[in-house]
Amino acid sequence: MFAYDFMRYAFIAGIFIALICSVMGTFVVARQTSFFTHTLSEIGFSGASFGIFIGISPLAGMLTFTTASALLIGMSGERLGRREASISVFSGLFLGLGILFLSLSDKQANYATSILFGSIVGIDRNDIEVLIALSILLLLTITILFKRLAYNSFDSQGAQYNQRFNKTISIIFLVMLALTISITAQIVGALLIFVLLTIPASATKYFAHRLYQMIVLNFIFILAGVWLGLYFSYLTDWPVSFFITVIEALIYGAAIAKDHLANHQK
Amino acid sequence: MKSILSVHNLDLSIPNRKLFSNLSFEIAQGSLTCITGENGVGKTTLVKHLLQDLANNYTVHTVFNVKRDEVQYVPQLRNIDDEYPLCIKDFVAFGLKKRNFFWNRKPLNEKLEQILTETKLTRIKDQPLGKASGGEKQRAYLAQALCADPKLLILDEATASLDTTNKHELLQMLREVMQQHGLTILFITHDPELIEQYADYELHLEDQTGVLLEKGAKK
Repeated sequence: MFAYDFMRYAFIAGIFIALICSVMGTFVVARQTSFFTHTLSEIGFSGASFGIFIGISPLAGMLTFTTASALLIGMSGERLGRREASISVFSGLFLGLGILFLSLSDKQANYATSILFGSIVGIDRNDIEVLIALSILLLLTITILFKRLAYNSFDSQGAQYNQRFNKTISIIFLVMLALTISITAQIVGALLIFVLLTIPASATKYFAHRLYQMIVLNFIFILAGVWLGLYFSYLTDWPVSFFITVIEALIYGAAIAKDHLANHQK
Repeated sequence: MKSILSVHNLDLSIPNRKLFSNLSFEIAQGSLTCITGENGVGKTTLVKHLLQDLANNYTVHTVFNVKRDEVQYVPQLRNIDDEYPLCIKDFVAFGLKKRNFFWNRKPLNEKLEQILTETKLTRIKDQPLGKASGGEKQRAYLAQALCADPKLLILDEATASLDTTNKHELLQMLREVMQQHGLTILFITHDPELIEQYADYELHLEDQTGVLLEKGAKK
């Protein structure tokens, strides 16, 4: 399996994706913005097809679209991103735009499939370098701002009044989320990114209550999902995203079952 | 009387309604002052407005003897549901300033443990905050605010959802930490019993103005 370059790259990519998503996912779930994350990935799809349409790389298009939206939402208040109606409007609009750009660029339908659902075969050395560079940038930001981001995510009301530059921290977080989505899209695809950002993090809260434990456990859940997903995909030739989604869903199911049992024993 | 905050001839309106006109009062340093008044009279709006003036260094109507960084505001509503996963200790630690990246240095940790002891949270510090009782949650909010070394602490309806025992416990605790940390406390409440027993002053807001009354703890 590791004789293939793209397989090695995919496994390496998995480590970085797990590193970033473990922290970002923990914060996303704490902020209760899972659905906004989903919208942002649809905006990402639209950006990627725009990138193809005007002849720049899909990643560049994605970064542009998601970052711009993150800034916009950050400035106008995150509550907008949580509102059900605005989520529907933006999701629909950007999916529609994505389809438009793809059809205008007269690329084949498999292009759309690979953006929406990801493809490991698509990863080459250049992709992996970009991925690692962006990951390092994100991890540095996380290291420097960790406590502020955590306060902002886990206690939004407290931080609103008692943390300096709190609004700036919110905006920085959304931009970081945009970057994360653009990075992960390469493997799991735009439609399923939110799987890695939300499902394992939702499961960890049934197993751990210290912040660092939650993040470490989240990292393990994500990496297990991505690596096993790649392995099963290699064996069966079925899509990687399918396996990742199923594994993460199973982990979540186990967490719910554990919680249920614990509550019944009391 | 040295004041930590004085307000002179403040006019305050929200869209379509005037809340206060010519409001003036002074808050004594080291006192516990309850802010009272009917629902909708503008207690919270007033406090938030004062905090905004402080943050913007706007001193036409309000003079503060503290910096914004030295004020902690404990809001009435907090996004903490039953499933809130984070343990009490980590939640309280958000208040710590001069923080390192992922960990707290030793002096900060000692301070954190000290505050958890003062607020009687040590025993349950590793439990998720979502599973804590109403009284424990309020103590955790208080502990988080104390971690930031405030000089002025503002609590908004902190006792609103508590039963009588927990109300008294919280107020007794407030009087204790007030002494230990040299705090001035502003406390928005409706509860006449608590005001009589624990407040030095009551700032009663009514008819677009306010009167400052001396209360039980002071007499």
